[in-house]
Amino acid sequence: MAEPEVLSALHVLEYPYTRSVGPVIGRFLTGLRDGRIAGIRARDGRVVCPPVEYDPVTGEPLDEFVEVADRGVVTTWTWLEQPRSNNPLDTAFAWALIRLDGADTGLLHAVDAGSAENMRTGMRARARWRAERHGHITDIECFEPER
Amino acid sequence: MTDPVTGFTQPVRLEYDYTPGFGRSRFLRALEQGRIQGERCPVCHKVYVGGGSGACARDGVPCDELVELPDRGVVTTFCVVNLPFAGQTIEIPYVSAAVLLDGADIPLLSLMQEVAADEVRMGMRVEAVWAPEDERKPSMDTIRYFRPTGEPDAPIDDVLRRMRDA
Repeated sequence: MAEPEVLSALHVLEYPYTRSVGPVIGRFLTGLRDGRIAGIRARDGRVVCPPVEYDPVTGEPLDEFVEVADRGVVTTWTWLEQPRSNNPLDTAFAWALIRLDGADTGLLHAVDAGSAENMRTGMRARARWRAERHGHITDIECFEPER
Repeated sequence: MTDPVTGFTQPVRLEYDYTPGFGRSRFLRALEQGRIQGERCPVCHKVYVGGGSGACARDGVPCDELVELPDRGVVTTFCVVNLPFAGQTIEIPYVSAAVLLDGADIPLLSLMQEVAADEVRMGMRVEAVWAPEDERKPSMDTIRYFRPTGEPDAPIDDVLRRMRDA
């Protein structure tokens, strides 16, 4: 007896969330729109980037913003051979934590290195900015190896 | 633009390949042929419709006896939708109603049309409006909506009692 054909249908679940970002992430995103990257100084003197509203150790509110560079060091990474439709790049790339010059923590972003052979921990990378920026993390299209 | 950034819109999107499974596939294939097919539990004799698992949830046995149901029945409960939302294709206000088909023991959730939202009531007699024959698919969209038949209302208390006691 032939197996009946299995029914299948595409089902899309989509919610257009509008997110309020608050004063600290708002400052970070406003900076991105201007092509600048803001960190914030923690109580122990470290610069946290992206900035956080409260001190990661003491929990006190933070408000001393520090501008950091748009380039830095890859501290860890993973290679994505087959990007999905909602990823920042449609070719193979690395997700990486990038410690920007002037910061003490890593920013998560994509690195467009062409191939995993071009990635290594400790390498330097710089932001590739979009020409049109709207105040969103995607105002940085990706990072690329600094030569 | 110099105003500070205070927020952004972030769509969350999930794409599923939905496979209906045995019971619901059987129901959907009947819809494609313009039929509403229910199934009777051999133990409690309830008639289920809408395509569940193909088994009785109460008795845990397969419902192998297929039952042809008419495309008309009674509104047992309903909800007036007044809120606009993304992807909405129907003019608000509109009504989603649970329709107990004649001979069934469990209602189908359906769109009501050709009636003002404030005229829909429990006990109202309604009938299915089908997609044209060449547009019928194994899909719930094959029944476009339900509309009032104009018949006198069913005695809703009796209908609800029958559902509860069946």
